[in-house]
Amino acid sequence: MGKNLYNKVFERHAVEQLQSGQYQLLIGLHMVHEVTSPQAFAMLREAGLKVAFPERTFATVDHIIPTTASDRVRPLSDAMAEEMLVHIEKNTSDYGIRFFSPENGEQGVVHVVGPEQGITQPGMTIACGDSHTSTHGAFGALAFGIGTSQVADVLATQSLAMAKLKVRRINFTGKLKPGVYAKDVALAYIHQLGVNGGVGYAYEFAGEIIDQMSMDERMTLCNMAIEGGARCGYVNPDETTFAFLKGLPYAPKGTAFDKAVLDWQAIASDSDAEFDDVVEIRGEDIEPFVTWGITPAQSVKVSETLPKSSAYKGSERQVIEEAYEYMDFESGQAIKGVAVNVCFIGSCTNGRVSDFEIAADVIKGKHVAAGVRALAVPGSMKVKNELEARGIDKIFKDAGFEWREAGCSMCLAMNPDKLKGREICASTSNRNFKGRQGSPSGRTLLMSPAMVAAAAIFGKVVDVREVIS
Amino acid sequence: MKSAIIDQISGTGVPVRGNDIDTDRIIPARFLKRVTFDGLGAHAFEDDIAAVAAKGGRHPFRDDKYSGAAVLVSNSNFGCGSSREHAPQALNRFGIRAIIAESYSEIFFGNCVSLGIPCFSVSHDVADYILSSIEENSSMVLEISVENEALKIGDEVIAVSLPKGAKGQFLDGTWNARAQLLANLEKVRIMAKSIPYFSEYQSLF
Ligand code: SF4
Repeated sequence: MGKNLYNKVFERHAVEQLQSGQYQLLIGLHMVHEVTSPQAFAMLREAGLKVAFPERTFATVDHIIPTTASDRVRPLSDAMAEEMLVHIEKNTSDYGIRFFSPENGEQGVVHVVGPEQGITQPGMTIACGDSHTSTHGAFGALAFGIGTSQVADVLATQSLAMAKLKVRRINFTGKLKPGVYAKDVALAYIHQLGVNGGVGYAYEFAGEIIDQMSMDERMTLCNMAIEGGARCGYVNPDETTFAFLKGLPYAPKGTAFDKAVLDWQAIASDSDAEFDDVVEIRGEDIEPFVTWGITPAQSVKVSETLPKSSAYKGSERQVIEEAYEYMDFESGQAIKGVAVNVCFIGSCTNGRVSDFEIAADVIKGKHVAAGVRALAVPGSMKVKNELEARGIDKIFKDAGFEWREAGCSMCLAMNPDKLKGREICASTSNRNFKGRQGSPSGRTLLMSPAMVAAAAIFGKVVDVREVIS
Repeated sequence: MKSAIIDQISGTGVPVRGNDIDTDRIIPARFLKRVTFDGLGAHAFEDDIAAVAAKGGRHPFRDDKYSGAAVLVSNSNFGCGSSREHAPQALNRFGIRAIIAESYSEIFFGNCVSLGIPCFSVSHDVADYILSSIEENSSMVLEISVENEALKIGDEVIAVSLPKGAKGQFLDGTWNARAQLLANLEKVRIMAKSIPYFSEYQSLF
C-alpha cells in the first residue's frame, strides 16, 4: 500500500516524538498577522528568546485595516487599530521579519498574499495564528491554524507540537453543473459531513472535479476545511499547481524550479495510498448552496425550503431552533426571495481575481437594487491592481458597488465595515456565526460570489442560474 | 523548565448549554483589537449575555448563582470557529480552570492545553446530567481528577475522558510545550538542512 501526502509530508518534518505522544513538527513557513501575534512577540520578549528562522516568516496586516483609502491615512483614526499596526511594524522590524505592508503595495489577507507571491509551495508545513490557514493546503501543503501561544512556539523554535491526524479522502466525481462553483462544493461537503465531521482528520480533496479546478477554486475549497472541523485540508499538487507557481516572485527559478517539481510530484499521494476513511460526493448532486442558519453546515440548495426542526432530535434540534430564532426564519420557508440589505464580495474564501471576474459577469450592465449596500473588497492589493488594470473595477463601480482597498473587511468586521442592527448580508466569506459581521444581531447568508452578485442586483436571494442563462 | 503539574481541579460549575458554541461567541471579534490579553475575562460571552438579557433572561456568565465557577460545562463542538487564543484566555481570566463538554474543536482544545485548562469529554447524556445537576444546585462542588479521569459531584463519581497525550502533559507538567520544543532547537536546525525547500531551492526572505 502506498502513502498519502499527509503522511509523507508529516514524516519528513517530524523532528521527534514528544513525551505527550505528539510530534515536534518542523514548520517550513510561518505567516503572521496583527491580531494573533502581538501577545506572542510579548511572550518572546519576556522569555528573552529570538525568532529562530526569521527568513521563513512573513507578516501582513489584514484584519483591522480600513478598506477605504481615506481611512488608511496614518495614524488610523481608530486608536486601537493604529496600536496594532504599530506593533506589527515594530515587531517585524525588531526581529527582521519581512512585512508585506500597505506602503510597499503588497498587503492583503494573509491567505491571499502567501499563494499569490509564490511563497506557499507544495510539500511545506505551514502555520499561522489563523484558522483559515487551511487555505494553503490547495498547493499540497500541510497548513495549520494555531493559537497565540503556538505562534510564540513557532517564532522561537520553527516547530510545533502536533498530534498525527487521520486522513479522509473526499472524492468528488463527475462534473459540476453550470452556475455551481467551488464555494458550493465547499458548502456541500460541510452540509454532508457536518461542522465537526472532520474532527481528528485531515481532508484530502480529490476526484475529477478537483483535477479540473483552478488554484483559486482549490483554495476556496481548502479554506473551508476548518469549517467542517478538519484540522487541515489539501489537494495533491499537479500540473495546475506547477503552472500557477512558475514565475511567481518567491517560487524557485530556472533549474531549481524543475528540481522542485520532481520533489513536489514525489510528495503527492501514491495511486494506491491508504486512507482512514473515503467519502464520495457526486458533482451532479451539487447545486448553488446558501446558508440559512448560524453554522456553515446549516445550508440548503437554493431551490429548497428550510428544514423542519421537527426532523431533528435532542441537542441538534436545539441548535436548529436557536438558528431559526436568531435568523428570524421559519422552517419550511423558501430561501429564494429572502431580502438582503448588504452584499459582501471578498475574504480569503472568495477574494481572488477569478472570484471578482465571476461576479463581474453577473452584474455587468446591471445595477445594485435600491437600498442595498454592496461592497467589493479585493483580497490583496495585488488582486486589486490586477482587476483595475483590466477595468473590472469599473464594472463594479458602474453597478453601484463600493470598490475598496484590500483587507478582511466585513468577513469579521474588525475594521469600520460592519453590519448594522438586524441587517442580512449575502456574503462570500466563510462564517455565518452570530454577530460575525460586526453587529451582535446581524445575519449572514454564505454563498458563492456569483450568487452574492445576483443577490445584490435583485435585493434578495435568487438562483444565479436563472440570471445568467 | 516545566510548567506546574495539573491534576486535581475543584470548584463550582457554570452551565453553558448548546452545541457549536463558537469562539466568536466566547469572545466577540471587537475585543481582539488589543495587543494584550488583559481584561478579556470581563467580556467573555458578552453578546450572548446581552441577547439573553434583552429577552428578560440571565446568561449563566452573568448569573450570581454561578459566580466564582471554575468548571464550564457545555455540549458538542465547543470552541469551534476561529483559532483565537483570546477565547480560552477570556475563559481562563474569568476563572475557568477546566471544561467538560461532549466534544471540542481541535484548535480550541490545543489552545486550552497550552494554557493548562483540561477539556474533558463526556457523552451527551452525561453532559446533560451534569448541566442539570449544576442548574439545580449551583453551589455544588465539582471535583475533577486528571489522573483518574473522574468527576466527583456529591457522592457520585462520573467518568470523564481526556486524550492520553494531553493527560500525560498535565500530569508531568509539560502542557506548555515550548520548553521541550526549545530543547530540540538544534535538531530542528539539522532537520531543516535535510529538507529540499529549506536548503536547496531558496531562502524565502
Ligand atoms: S478574510 Fe475572514 S476568515 Fe480570512 S483571514 Fe480575514 S477574517 Fe479570517
